[in-house]
Amino acid sequence: MKRPYLLLRHRDIPDLNDLAVYRQHGGFEAFRKAVTTLQPNEVVEMVKASGLRGRGGAGFPTGLKWSFIDNKNWPHYVVANADESEPGTFKDREIMEGNPFQFLEGLMIASYAVQANVAYIYLRGEFWQLAHQLDRRIQQLHSAALLGDRLFGTEYSLRIYTHLGAGAYICGEETALLESLEGKLGQPRLRPPFPPAVGLFGKPTIVNNVETLANVPLIIERGAEWYRSFGTEKSPGVKIFCLSGRVNRPGNYELPLGTTFRELIFEHGKGIPDGKQIKAIMAAGASSALIVADQRALDTPMDYESVPSLGAQLGSASIIVIDETVSMDWLIRKTIHFFQHESCGKCTPCREGTYWMKHIIDRIHRGEASQNDVELLYDVASQMRGKCLCALGEFSIEAVLSAIERFPQDFEARVAQREPAL
Amino acid sequence: MTTKMITLTIDGIQVTVPEGTNIVDAAKKAGIDIPVFCYHPKMHPVGMCRMCLVEVGRPVIDRATGEFVRNEDGSLKIQFNPKLETGCTTPVSEGMVVINTSDKVKRGRKDILEFLLTSHPLDCPICDKGGECPLQDLTMAHGPGTSRFLFDEKKHLLKHTPLGELIYLDQERCIQCGRCVRFQDELVDDPVIGFSQRGRSLQIVTFSEPGFDSIFSGNTTDICPVGALTTADFRFGARPWELNAAASICHQCPVGCNLTLNVRREAAAGGKVVIKRVMPRQNEWVNEIWICDKGRFGYHYTESTERLTQPLVRKGGELSPVSWEEALEVVAERFRQAGENLLSVAGGRLSNEDFFNLRKLTEGIGGRTALYTQMGGGDLVALAGMPQGSNLGELGKGDAILVIASDLHQEAPIWWLRVKQAAERGATLIVALPRPNRLDKFAQHVLRYRYGEESGLILAMINALSAKRPELPGKVNALWREAEVQIAAKAFAEAQNAVIFFGSEGVGLAKGLAYRLRKPLPRPAPTCSR
Repeated sequence: MKRPYLLLRHRDIPDLNDLAVYRQHGGFEAFRKAVTTLQPNEVVEMVKASGLRGRGGAGFPTGLKWSFIDNKNWPHYVVANADESEPGTFKDREIMEGNPFQFLEGLMIASYAVQANVAYIYLRGEFWQLAHQLDRRIQQLHSAALLGDRLFGTEYSLRIYTHLGAGAYICGEETALLESLEGKLGQPRLRPPFPPAVGLFGKPTIVNNVETLANVPLIIERGAEWYRSFGTEKSPGVKIFCLSGRVNRPGNYELPLGTTFRELIFEHGKGIPDGKQIKAIMAAGASSALIVADQRALDTPMDYESVPSLGAQLGSASIIVIDETVSMDWLIRKTIHFFQHESCGKCTPCREGTYWMKHIIDRIHRGEASQNDVELLYDVASQMRGKCLCALGEFSIEAVLSAIERFPQDFEARVAQREPAL
Repeated sequence: MTTKMITLTIDGIQVTVPEGTNIVDAAKKAGIDIPVFCYHPKMHPVGMCRMCLVEVGRPVIDRATGEFVRNEDGSLKIQFNPKLETGCTTPVSEGMVVINTSDKVKRGRKDILEFLLTSHPLDCPICDKGGECPLQDLTMAHGPGTSRFLFDEKKHLLKHTPLGELIYLDQERCIQCGRCVRFQDELVDDPVIGFSQRGRSLQIVTFSEPGFDSIFSGNTTDICPVGALTTADFRFGARPWELNAAASICHQCPVGCNLTLNVRREAAAGGKVVIKRVMPRQNEWVNEIWICDKGRFGYHYTESTERLTQPLVRKGGELSPVSWEEALEVVAERFRQAGENLLSVAGGRLSNEDFFNLRKLTEGIGGRTALYTQMGGGDLVALAGMPQGSNLGELGKGDAILVIASDLHQEAPIWWLRVKQAAERGATLIVALPRPNRLDKFAQHVLRYRYGEESGLILAMINALSAKRPELPGKVNALWREAEVQIAAKAFAEAQNAVIFFGSEGVGLAKGLAYRLRKPLPRPAPTCSR
């Protein structure tokens, strides 16, 4: 029998985005349990014990992050990162559309755990319809006395506000997100200090991804031990894998962490169209190093510890499948153009490096370049490494370096061809 | 409270600095120069330009014992960060080892400079900054000799963008270090410029109306590490190496900011020496490295054809030009004739040295001197003097500043800046003025009085501190009973050091009273006024 969905529960339960339906299925009992029977630090300890790791990409232990909140400085804030901007990532959107109350409940429990009385949901600008829906749902929660003052007759009060970004990828980086939420230009801050010490408006702040928060009600309701029955020891729980690219059935797949690439791509995704061969995998969207899709790679479990053995990261688990018809110079031209467009411009290597790489890859792709240009591209990417202010710049070179290292024949062919590609 | 001292090693040189110091400043103390663009010692570091990357190692600490782990030879075991770290944003820590000269560091610097120069137009031959440009200097010292970037792929941007009437922006030359933006925001509380767009399109814009609406705007051209920001009056006027520097003092207000006049002889001026630009001259006791726009741009009256440029002596009812020798002879003769009847009157805008010499001269003959205060000088200085050791830059926690009857932002902008900074360092600031002003937001105590009633307010403050509390007119009595006046007076009296700024809006009587305010203090307060 198929395992019931945990995060994408709306696929099992129709109309789960209706408050009444969500409550019929035990909705907000975890929040009530937390507020009325648990101390804030007990909630933190439960999440710590569950081993839940951040689903936004970094995989940082969520409970540990919550425990870093500075209790000498008040007020505290919790911010849900709903900026979902990584190319190939579309999981948070499905959660917020289909199962929004589970996400909201997770946000509310997180707020209680760090004693924040105000929480924000930062959505990318294109999610304006979602923001309107969430606003309506937050209103419903106020009417149902699940949000507002003195919840369940306790001293705890909570309000949630949505905030729309203006269309910048960098605002998914947590400190740039906080700058943007404060009404400033979306540029990352220096870290340290990290948001749990100095965050929104200079106050201790927890920033969590939507999917991360959607896990929290389950942990509170059914316990850390139960949660650990899914996934691997170091990467417990289930994860929504966003499958896209050259596969027959792209989409969101909720699977335990540690599922192999082969199972996702060939069992759930039904393989590669037109009988073509799989060539490479990007596991973390555009920020990903290219994994050579050999047998070893396909049998590698998708969790935070195993993917690095392939010279890549799991990140937000946006699995982009690349088949033999794709030349890597075409692919990295896409990622370079993306990062060049999205670089915030704050630090020199990213601002200038992405711009420079764009010109070189355009020349290579137009068939106007020599092998020297490929080497120059590699040099430019290498000299960005380790010098950027935030992860955007550092990730912008992952695909470039791995493409040239692992698929040199594609570049040799392009250089030899000296003719425009498709 | 003493600050904890930290000892670290930079390129083998041991240096001890206060806790919280960053690596760049610590290195400076060891005589080692770590190159920077975005960092400026007067502003908070942001780590944007990535020029100051250095290798940083820290002693390994045994988690169980909390002790430093040692090598076999007894030296501290150091663990180096595999990545280079920005020296400007990394605070020093005990036992830290910084390497500023390794190949890795040199390579890192070359890389960053190569990146910076890909977008920079390299139009040094027509750039006003050419010859005194940190980007030129650091490229010579650390940069690559040639560019691998194709020149015609450079992004072209506007080269003559007026941000306001006084400051022009060359968007191509800008290296996005943000010094100007931070100066306007952090230092002078005029956040009227900022970054717009992103990536390679990131550029400085002004969002005030009129543009770049700030009385300190000229300073941004000094701290700009490239030729992106230039002043309307100097741009394309001269090359730095054609100019001679003459030290001077600004006389636009009583602050007396130290200036450098950049001068050269010009054929167009009949071979005479003309001022090409005015720049601040560093004096940490007076103006640090800043001047206001009045001081920087207000010198153009020297170019007026109406100006008296040579001595004239009245002969037979007519003013006729004479030589300096003759004119000085006439003055000396008149002085001798006057003897003890000589009265010399000087305005408050002269430098201390001028005052000193004038007084010596006058008293040497037996005459008397007088300060003409309505010109922006001050009775209070004459009354109380500016004691030795008065440095606004050292005022902070435990000290107090009373600004009364003066809108410093208007009257003496650099004093406004320094009082603001002292308040930010923790000095108690009391601002008493009948109307809202730019200092209010930094003050702990804002006292309002009706125009002309500053004497009443000061009397009320004296009364609030006095045990005897003499009978005062009803209005004043009402004032000193006001809680805010009492609290402010008490805060002022309790200060270790105190400064009173008495402005030109006050009447004479009040100045005398303000002088009395210093009496209850444990130590005589340095007092100045304008």
